[in-house]
Amino acid sequence: MNPKDINLPGYEIPEELKHVIAITALDRLYNWGRRSSVWPLMFGLACCAIEMIATQAARYDLARFGMEVMRPTPRQADLMIVAGTVTKKMVPAIVRLYNQMPEPKYVLAMGACASSGGPFKEGYNVVAGIDKFLPVDVYVPGCPPTPQALINGLILLQKKIDKESIKQVRWYRKGPDSVAIPIPVLGPDLIDTRRIPDIKAHTLSSTSKTDDQS
Amino acid sequence: MIAPDSTTTIDLVARFPSVVTPDTRPGYSGWIVDPAHLTEVATAIRNEFSYDLLSSVTGVDYYPDKMEVVYHAYRTTGGPALVFKVQIPRHNPVVPSVTPIWKGAELQEREAWDLLGIRFEGHPDLRRIFMWEGFAGHPLRKDWKEPFYEEDVKPFKSRWPEGKHLPAEMRTPLQDNLFFPPGFDPEAFSFQDPDQAAYEALRRQHRPTDEDGIQTDVIIINMGPQHPSTHGVFRAAVMLDGETIIGLKPIVGYLHRNHEKIGERNTFLQNMPYTDRLDYFNSMSNNFGYALAVEKLMGIPVAERAEYIRVIMAELSRIQNHLVWFGMMLNDLGAMYTPALYAFEERELILDIFEATAGSRMMCNYFRFGGVARDVSEDTLRKIHDLVHDRLPRKIDEMDRLLTENEVLVSRLKGIGYLSAEDAIRTSMTGPMLRASGVPYDIRRADPYSIYDRFEFDVACHPEGDMYARYQVRMDEVRESIKIIKQALKQIPQGPIMSVKPSYQIKVPPGEAYGRVEAPKGELGFYIVSNGQPNPWRYHVRAPSLINLTSLEMMCIGEKIADFVAILGAVDIVLGELDR
Amino acid sequence: MYGKGLLKGLSVTLSRFFYTYWDDLVWFWRRITKGKRRYYSPEGIAHRSSKEARGIFTVQYPEEKLPVPEEFRYLPFLVYDEGLDGTKEIRCTSCGICAKVCPPQCIWIVRSTDPATGRPRPQPAEFYIDADICMNCGLCAEFCPFDAIKMDHDYEMASYTRTLLNLDRLLKPASYYASIRPLNAAREEEARKAKLASKAAKAEAKAA
Ligand code: SF4
Ligand code: SF4
Ligand code: SF4
Repeated sequence: MNPKDINLPGYEIPEELKHVIAITALDRLYNWGRRSSVWPLMFGLACCAIEMIATQAARYDLARFGMEVMRPTPRQADLMIVAGTVTKKMVPAIVRLYNQMPEPKYVLAMGACASSGGPFKEGYNVVAGIDKFLPVDVYVPGCPPTPQALINGLILLQKKIDKESIKQVRWYRKGPDSVAIPIPVLGPDLIDTRRIPDIKAHTLSSTSKTDDQS
Repeated sequence: MIAPDSTTTIDLVARFPSVVTPDTRPGYSGWIVDPAHLTEVATAIRNEFSYDLLSSVTGVDYYPDKMEVVYHAYRTTGGPALVFKVQIPRHNPVVPSVTPIWKGAELQEREAWDLLGIRFEGHPDLRRIFMWEGFAGHPLRKDWKEPFYEEDVKPFKSRWPEGKHLPAEMRTPLQDNLFFPPGFDPEAFSFQDPDQAAYEALRRQHRPTDEDGIQTDVIIINMGPQHPSTHGVFRAAVMLDGETIIGLKPIVGYLHRNHEKIGERNTFLQNMPYTDRLDYFNSMSNNFGYALAVEKLMGIPVAERAEYIRVIMAELSRIQNHLVWFGMMLNDLGAMYTPALYAFEERELILDIFEATAGSRMMCNYFRFGGVARDVSEDTLRKIHDLVHDRLPRKIDEMDRLLTENEVLVSRLKGIGYLSAEDAIRTSMTGPMLRASGVPYDIRRADPYSIYDRFEFDVACHPEGDMYARYQVRMDEVRESIKIIKQALKQIPQGPIMSVKPSYQIKVPPGEAYGRVEAPKGELGFYIVSNGQPNPWRYHVRAPSLINLTSLEMMCIGEKIADFVAILGAVDIVLGELDR
Repeated sequence: MYGKGLLKGLSVTLSRFFYTYWDDLVWFWRRITKGKRRYYSPEGIAHRSSKEARGIFTVQYPEEKLPVPEEFRYLPFLVYDEGLDGTKEIRCTSCGICAKVCPPQCIWIVRSTDPATGRPRPQPAEFYIDADICMNCGLCAEFCPFDAIKMDHDYEMASYTRTLLNLDRLLKPASYYASIRPLNAAREEEARKAKLASKAAKAEAKAA
């Protein structure tokens, strides 16, 4: 974005709304700042992570988008690229990492696995999509998405950031979205603590005998 | 049917009458050993018959009556396998552990316990490995069904002709990939850290004392699963005395994608693209191993031209694997990015070739039973020719100049992470790790498969057993691979690329087969049991990344924590294959 | 001498640094003499992915796009032939082979039935591919006997929601197919024609 444009709201502002000009202009400044330095978390899960690394390397060079600074710690990261298969064993760690990321934070589900479980969806240790736990901003289909497809997803994320407004983003508002996501627990299977009533209703009802587990 | 190759040299029955019987099931080979005498027989196999390398331990569930554990042992001097098995009742599967004899069985026996519930008596640390302690059930048992279970065998009937789109979630009562035993009360459930057992095992096995015999204080730290240099989601619990490592347990399974369970539902062909996702750097090698195993079972030849294409692709993939390894290794040592960026440039050029022939950069899905999926165009062959005759040698020399003599690198690698040849064999190390300990064991030479006997190349081998040797072995291997590709390019004939008609319905006669290749990371084996159905009854992957971790603790003890990252990097693990 | 290895290594990085700018000059000369440009031109991209590439290796996606080879596969699509009056003649006969061969079973097909007779008609009524399960393996395209399902080159599929491809999104014209995979399309066209011809010949032989 041209720095000149930052000061212009870019649309006609009705007289009675003049007092919000400051905030709309601030939005643009704020969005411009964020979209140009989205630092991803250095975090790979599976095959897709290799394409993510390739995206970062010489040929595709994420530095052109200000995204090359992969942070190994979630405390400095803005974007979590969930690159690979999310397993039940791993998901507590992922949720914890997400909770540790400072706002504003975004999640990009890279590849079929992160989006909905992918080819391994039927597996007993696979979470059917990270969106069961985290709010996903952009989905990039593909198995694995080529580096160019990933960049395409990142550009889409930038577009999304461009449209955001400080007044509306969920992390500055009160509500269920602004609290940390409870970390799931590993029991006989993955227990999402938000769903305990459902699980209880299911397991304790007599009709719940589904299969013959050994 | 291929003759049982393992029975040619020795006669176990003569040595152990009434304890060993030959396996006479049609399509099977090897020996069946009485479980009560397994330790005795196994000791003799190692010491008397000098089968010193136990390559794989596989549990098989012959539902409904028995379980079987299959062992493949090799001589490091070369030659075919000695296959022996024990059979145990399914309701009480207990087998004596062979870990005291071959330490390399340690992780594999844990795997068989975790996934099949076979107990190994005498195992020093029998815990679950991929799933967490407390998980309900042993998933690879045939009567265990996953929450998204639909049918025993693909294709599922719900897809056609009345295939209304219905996500798997919609079919389950909890609308998710979840199963809880009936009567389980999540509110009464008290969470226990499933990894506590790992820490306890560490404390049990290592009791550090100072000179006066007083127990000293130790700390256990966790590295991973989210750690910038554990190559994905690997985790290790490291026990430290000050900065020195005194004990270590790998904790794996964070990428356990149920490859084998899915593989047993898939038809034989459908497994091919899944093998791509094992070692996702080297889908070509994975395809190779799986194709070999199934071709062995089917007893079909491979088209001549396809053999050459296979070798070229597998070697290209080895080159790019090792190049990336240089980069990643240097990343681990702290030389962030420069070598990795250089390596990725060459990798991209090799991936271009894969993309042009197989259609995808990483997930090639290129091999078919009897050949390959499509021909290599002249244009691509010329590109390969250019690469191996011009660019790659230049770039490898450049990498050599950049790194090999670098004093910082040398001082970080030389003498660190030592593993003796004896220990390396005992822990079933394979691939560059074994050869860096001075054992010139390369399956391409020791037990040639495909057409590797037609090429001249040297087996890279360095006797020092430290990380620098591992570095040098890989550097040499890249050069040898280039040599092989050059020869293959010269000899490649014209002709068909499939020996049989391509078909998606493949008839595989009943029997078992073990196909193994020298993958860039070590011996990659596929153990497949067919019962004549369209899908394998048992589909097991002998993953070099996993088994090469057996000696990780050995290499790390006494070193500084800062070197752990490098030692792990030098093993060259990839999580897709390690956890499957 | 201690430090020799370091210096050697540094010389490599230094020469890389040098060649980046040297190549800029070389290309500047080419531009003056031959009108060839290093960036934003097909020959520039081709150069950067050839064995001669040195210095800058980056392809500036999205301004420049790396050309994908013909065999490149991403997600599948369904081919239709354009009829004379603009109707879409879907090649798929809903034979179900692709759904059977698909490894992760992400193809769902509803076969259509003739409302009059209740008998199955060779056309899909509904066709779904769950793009978030599909592993881009290409087996469906490989084994479809009617050349009806093919692998697409379009990788710019990112979206704000999960992607489920239905019949509408899957259908693309045969001309599009021929444009992304010219060699394959031509070869298949040949084969189809040959088949038709042999069928006609047989029919003639029978009639005669
Ligand atoms: S989407 Fe495909 S490439 Fe990506 S992690 Fe899953 S299986 Fe691997
Ligand atoms: S796309 Fe091809 S294989 Fe699939 S149902 Fe249609 S005609 Fe059959
Ligand atoms: S590409 Fe593979 S996974 Fe995708 S729809 Fe076709 S057969 Fe299924």
